[in-house]
Amino acid sequence: MLASVIGVLFDGFAYGMLLFLLAVGLSVTLGMMNFVNLAHCSFAMIGGYITVTLMSEAGWSFFASLPVAFMGAAVVSVVLERLLYRRLYRATDLDQSLLTIGIVFVSIATAAYIYGTAQLPVQLPGYLRGSYYEFGTTFGVYRLFLIGISLVISILLVITLEYTRFGAQVRAAVDNQRMARGLGIDVNSVFAITFALGCGLAGLGGALAIEMVGLDPNFAFAYLVYVLIVVSVGGLGSIGGTFTAAMLLGISDSAGKYYFPQFGAFLIYLVMIAILMWRPAGLFGRR
Amino acid sequence: MAVMSNAVVTPRQYLHAQLRWHWIEVAFWLATLLPIIVTPKYLVLASQVAITALFALSLDLILGYAGIVSLGHAAFFGFGAYTAGIITKPWTMSLPLPGRDLEIDLPGWGEPLTGLLISALGAGLLGYLMSFIISRFRHLPLIMLTLGLGLLLYEVANKASWLTGGADGLQGIHVWPLLGTFHFDLYGYTSYPYALSVLFLLFLICRRLTNSPFGLSLRGIRENITRMRAVGAESRSHLRIVYTISAAIAGTAGAILTQTTETASLGVIEFQRSADVLVMLVLGGVGRLYGGLIGAIIFMVARDQFSGINPQFWYFPIGAMLIFVVLFLPNGILGGAERLMAAIRSRSS
Amino acid sequence: MSTPVLATRGLDKRFGSLVVAKDIELALPKGVRYALIGPNGAGKTTLINLITGMLQPDVGQIFLGDEEITRLGPEQRVRRGLVRTFQINSLFPNLTALEAVTLAVCERRGNARVWWRPVVAYGDAVDEAHAILTTLLLAPVCHRRTRELAYGQQRLLEIALALATRPKVLLLDEPAAGVPRDESSELFSAINSLSQDITILFIEHDMNLVFKLASRIIVMVGGRILVEGTPDEISADPRVREVYLGGAHHG
Repeated sequence: MLASVIGVLFDGFAYGMLLFLLAVGLSVTLGMMNFVNLAHCSFAMIGGYITVTLMSEAGWSFFASLPVAFMGAAVVSVVLERLLYRRLYRATDLDQSLLTIGIVFVSIATAAYIYGTAQLPVQLPGYLRGSYYEFGTTFGVYRLFLIGISLVISILLVITLEYTRFGAQVRAAVDNQRMARGLGIDVNSVFAITFALGCGLAGLGGALAIEMVGLDPNFAFAYLVYVLIVVSVGGLGSIGGTFTAAMLLGISDSAGKYYFPQFGAFLIYLVMIAILMWRPAGLFGRR
Repeated sequence: MAVMSNAVVTPRQYLHAQLRWHWIEVAFWLATLLPIIVTPKYLVLASQVAITALFALSLDLILGYAGIVSLGHAAFFGFGAYTAGIITKPWTMSLPLPGRDLEIDLPGWGEPLTGLLISALGAGLLGYLMSFIISRFRHLPLIMLTLGLGLLLYEVANKASWLTGGADGLQGIHVWPLLGTFHFDLYGYTSYPYALSVLFLLFLICRRLTNSPFGLSLRGIRENITRMRAVGAESRSHLRIVYTISAAIAGTAGAILTQTTETASLGVIEFQRSADVLVMLVLGGVGRLYGGLIGAIIFMVARDQFSGINPQFWYFPIGAMLIFVVLFLPNGILGGAERLMAAIRSRSS
Repeated sequence: MSTPVLATRGLDKRFGSLVVAKDIELALPKGVRYALIGPNGAGKTTLINLITGMLQPDVGQIFLGDEEITRLGPEQRVRRGLVRTFQINSLFPNLTALEAVTLAVCERRGNARVWWRPVVAYGDAVDEAHAILTTLLLAPVCHRRTRELAYGQQRLLEIALALATRPKVLLLDEPAAGVPRDESSELFSAINSLSQDITILFIEHDMNLVFKLASRIIVMVGGRILVEGTPDEISADPRVREVYLGGAHHG
């Protein structure tokens, strides 16, 4: 009994960390510019496919491909931001949603064209495979690795936000854009950099996700829903909120699959609806 | 819409002129009769288009006129679709009572017109209940709630396979002939006139609604909900009413689909259907009633023409077109046409 | 001595340590035109928000005639005839001027729920809307979309929307804000010609307008009422001079 609880918590925690990586960029940029970017998981997908291509075509190692996944997604995001997103910062929610849905569609079709519609696997290095057996539960090595790397990134994020000048500018811009501009902060540059970082993190998340949940062209949409849930439940612009919501979602999903498989994702959606009704700005959101 | 100079016309006359049927509108509706006469091979496609156009019309009411961005409108389409199918099947229920179990036998009720009414009322009721949630939020929380409610209903349809057939779909739907004589067949001879008539009737109702004081208030809500409060308007109540009506119309569309195809599966309630109808409406132009109809025609006909291609590739042109419309044609095709007409008119005067 | 149409007693409001209103006492008799002036940040718009119910005071009471309205919500106050305009236009960009005012009239009359009859069937609502637009000199442009109107005309439309609710008390928040010089005389005559049945309190920085329109001026500084009096008294008051000329900025 205890063993299954630990197992569920462990899997949920790992899944939650993945969701956190995927969602944190969106939360901060949404909180800063209120730009509804439904294409966020397309960047994750790009990162995933970069890793797959590098490993299977160019023979790179898994670790070497991770920074490229990050950079690749970040670069694509900069290009798209310059070309398309920038024109719609003052547009309505509807227009922003539609533009970014259009980008998602294009990315899914492109991925399907290049890579086909089947799930693509990756060959993990030997030391990342296998599992440990403690307390009567199986602890997958890859999940441990995922948790480890996500914790490192989270700590880096918090340090950047709290202790660097750039981080202070980000916090000011999220808090009150007008006042930040008034203080001389170049909000547009801060946003562009944050956006690139956020999409880069999503790309990294996408690469890391391949082993855990699989990669196919539908990733951009399938995980969008989860990411949106994390962001809206956690609260826009709040890293702590995103973390909490990601953990909640990860563990609920894991527990649900284990204890109530007949309900499917029903409980997740119900909980999200309930939380949003109670706190429309999210658990840690403003307003 | 006819436009007259301000000098000779009273405000009442001016507004009255806007109510009149433009010749293009009349031509459009006459043209919808063409498939019956000219291309009877395509009647099945035509009835699919009419159904989808009705669905898009229902979305236009809440999106184009009240400003509610919904990513989950297929919930009502699907609810209407499943209801219409479920009532045609016989059901046996046993109620556990003290002493013995009471067996209730419900015969299948396949009459299409009453079935349509029942499905519409059911979907409307569901919309009414949801409207209490929907009317209280805007922006991202609203989008997420509509998405969540849509996904929730999908899960219910998926898991309650005793009722809906789950992933296999609803089996054994049997619809009786329309008005006792017209059978629903595989060729669409009954389906298309049926779908078209319902579409036209509900269109007339929507046209009335959007030209009424209520329609004006809805536009006010879409334009500036804060100002509505400042003039003492009860925006939430208005939003609840329009959401209920929209849900009923969407449910009607779904019901017609089930009745004319005698199938109902998860496709009627999946997210893709909500996304597609939103795309169609935006393509045609929001807030113009005809936008959804035009968008549906173009989308469905194009998809039929490209039906050989893998469905995932189909989304490339759709995505590109969506990006194009958002950036360059903000009010869709109809908006672009309006601007063109205005440019031509001002150049010639 | 009849009951004032609008009165406040001891209104206080603070956000944390920031005091935005302290001990505000107002009394407006019926039909007057009072001006509320003061430097930026004095709390004038906050006071309007408190009176209209968009903000709740910490302490104090608000009266509309004999009725205490402190606990009522904004829509309820509107329905009792307490209406405001906004400093930054809050209009319906894609509705024509006539449609916008007709909308407000229909809402007031309670026809707004009717969906089965066209708007034009309510001819008297349309006529009333048109009449309001005429008094505000907007009749020639009544079929133009709001966002195509000149800025001065939009400010007038802002007032027209408020008038459509048949207010007893009208709070104008900087009606002349952003209006170019050549359009401000239209604004002046429009406000000047408003019915004596309506009691008006307006915030303004344009002293020209203030001295022409107001019978009494209230000066606010730092959330408090500094002094109130007739235009002559105020323009001679050394404290007011200091507030405005002694380093204070003019908006």
